[in-house]
Amino acid sequence: MLWTRKDLLGLEELSREEIEFILSTAESFKEVSTRDIKKVPALRGKTVVNLFYEPSTRTRVSFEVAAKRLSADVINIATETSSVKKGETLIDTGANIQALKADIIVMRNNYSGAAVMLARHVDISVVNAGDGWHEHPTQALLDMFTLKEKLGKIEGLNVAIVGDIAHSRVARSNIWGLTKLGAKVTVCAPRMLIPVGIKDMGVKVTHDIEEALHQADAVNVLRMQFERDEENAFPKQLEYFKNYGITRERLERAKKNIIVMHPGPINRGIEISSEVADGNNSVILEQVTNGIAVRMAVLFLVAQGRDGENESVD
Amino acid sequence: MNLLIRNGLVVDPANRINQVMDIFVEGGKISRVTKDIDAKADNVIDARGLIVMPGTVDMHVHLREPGREDKETVLSGTSAALKGGVTSLLAMPNTSPAIDSVENIKLLQGIIKRDSRCDCFISSSITKSRLGAETVDIGAVKRAGALAMTDDGSSVDDERVFTRALRDAKKHGLLVIAHCEDKGLSGNGVVNLGFISTKLGLRGIPKESEYKRVQRDIMLAQKTGARLHIAHVSCAESVEAIARAKKKSPRITCETAPHYFSLSEEDLVDYDTNMKINPPLRSRHDVAAIKEGLKAGIIDVIASDHAPHTENEKNIEFDRAEFGKIGLESGLAVSITELIEKAILDWPGLVEKIALNPARILGIQKGTLSPGSCADIVIVDSKRELILKKEDIVSKSKNSPFLNRKLKGVVKYTILSGKIVYVNPA
Repeated sequence: MLWTRKDLLGLEELSREEIEFILSTAESFKEVSTRDIKKVPALRGKTVVNLFYEPSTRTRVSFEVAAKRLSADVINIATETSSVKKGETLIDTGANIQALKADIIVMRNNYSGAAVMLARHVDISVVNAGDGWHEHPTQALLDMFTLKEKLGKIEGLNVAIVGDIAHSRVARSNIWGLTKLGAKVTVCAPRMLIPVGIKDMGVKVTHDIEEALHQADAVNVLRMQFERDEENAFPKQLEYFKNYGITRERLERAKKNIIVMHPGPINRGIEISSEVADGNNSVILEQVTNGIAVRMAVLFLVAQGRDGENESVD
Repeated sequence: MNLLIRNGLVVDPANRINQVMDIFVEGGKISRVTKDIDAKADNVIDARGLIVMPGTVDMHVHLREPGREDKETVLSGTSAALKGGVTSLLAMPNTSPAIDSVENIKLLQGIIKRDSRCDCFISSSITKSRLGAETVDIGAVKRAGALAMTDDGSSVDDERVFTRALRDAKKHGLLVIAHCEDKGLSGNGVVNLGFISTKLGLRGIPKESEYKRVQRDIMLAQKTGARLHIAHVSCAESVEAIARAKKKSPRITCETAPHYFSLSEEDLVDYDTNMKINPPLRSRHDVAAIKEGLKAGIIDVIASDHAPHTENEKNIEFDRAEFGKIGLESGLAVSITELIEKAILDWPGLVEKIALNPARILGIQKGTLSPGSCADIVIVDSKRELILKKEDIVSKSKNSPFLNRKLKGVVKYTILSGKIVYVNPA
């Protein structure tokens, strides 16, 4: 297929074919990271700007490594050191980055919809590296990539997503992606962390962790984001671990080869026990490795999408 | 100067007229409304195929002056009004300073006298500086010319303060307009709570925050006997509460705005901040209930809730953008598109909601074409389609959710006190 999108803003807007195309492109890029010289010239001469409005090490570094392995030049902008602190609007910042003749903006932003807005106002590519509670498409893509690598397929799998669904962009992107690819998704959390109407996204809802794990081929464990507890409504840490923590005892009652994923950073002893995080079912570090391949694929494709767009304009 | 309007479909529900007639205007007043007027006139408008109705009365308009002249002024807002067929409007008092004293009413009256292009009426706030604590001198603001009082933008949370205000309003015969919102429930929400808020990852505003406050305010109005008008009704439960209340208290009235019967939360797809409105765009089910409420006569009035904001305040992240949208220039066309074209209301029914009823509620001699009344008339080509373009907007602010949408119904002429004050250039 021919990739035609200049941006990757979320998985909701992608078709099943587009998602599968990104995943298969990522497969071919994964090998690059195993070479002695971990570099291909695919984006040589292109400039990727990492524009991060929220503290993030993991995602930012992953995008940086991905861009560098494609031979792109990478510029990192963190809000603490930029004019954003001086009150510049997002649209002005985007226009300035475009004026530098950058090719791709990779943005993390604490406001839902920020990537959609930025993409509407710049001609260069925008890759959403997480916007508020809305979407985090590359995380979901790397989760699906890992699942497919481990279990051979996504269609028909039972996947449980456990944790703060209400405030999670990772959950939303995973739900869109997994359901489009034919997986059955169950979300599991205490009542106050399940957002209104989530069932209409095509998932099952349970408040019982045993039920969520019972038939699951994989469980995606979300980090408890206590910093988002504006109304002091979240369960306390130990209580959460007791009721929802992924422990060895709970896994023993689940399918034997259940895959345990976590987008990181993990809170040991809160949403997941150390034993499980470091155990045989865990693929947490493989997710990190796969994140590079998936982000290489995304950067490569959006650059191509934009070039294609230019050609058609000519 | 006299004026003859010939052969238009005259819609004047106050006089049960809904047929092709001529209108003769003399000395700024309606002189005659009959068939085939044979009189010499200085000006003749051939209104064949057009609708001729009273100038509309928009009882919910934020003109922003004094204080935020960058968003709108009395001059720009009332000019926009004429383009939309609005000849009378009620200015909301949430300006800076708030219209909360005789002194500030006089200040605004001075600006209106200097700049207003249409009949601009004044409302006062309920509480000083709209802080919800101390009521204004209700007798004094009424004597100074306020037609109503409202803390629009906020509800008066303190039940004792609101009860006292209603008692005083009753004593002085002043209308109270209520913005119904329990901030404790709406919190930092920015869109309607539901599947759409979940999908977009935005904080939701539950409908309870509106209808529970509607219920409270109705109860307090019934207790005190004050005349209550509920602003910008957006959800089914509020319509139900008002329907029940009206059986017991027929003087309780309410309004909705064109966006609540034409748009729903599903239109929020691209985080368009012009769709960020308070109360928020609700579900499709609520849109249907609003239409049903209009049809059944539970909703008395359609008012624009014209709320201009600058591009700087709108062209930012959804959470940070201001609530509100403009509506003076599009309200009539949206109403024709959604209500007349879809047979929810007939022409007399629509004219009641946009002219006659608001005039009656405000106690002004407007909204009719009765002989002897002020000749405020709007002539509309209801068949013509238009696409609302940013560059055509007269209002200082351009924050319309209907930009680039196709609407039906174009104002051809607006006549104020017998003078043609707006002619569509096309």
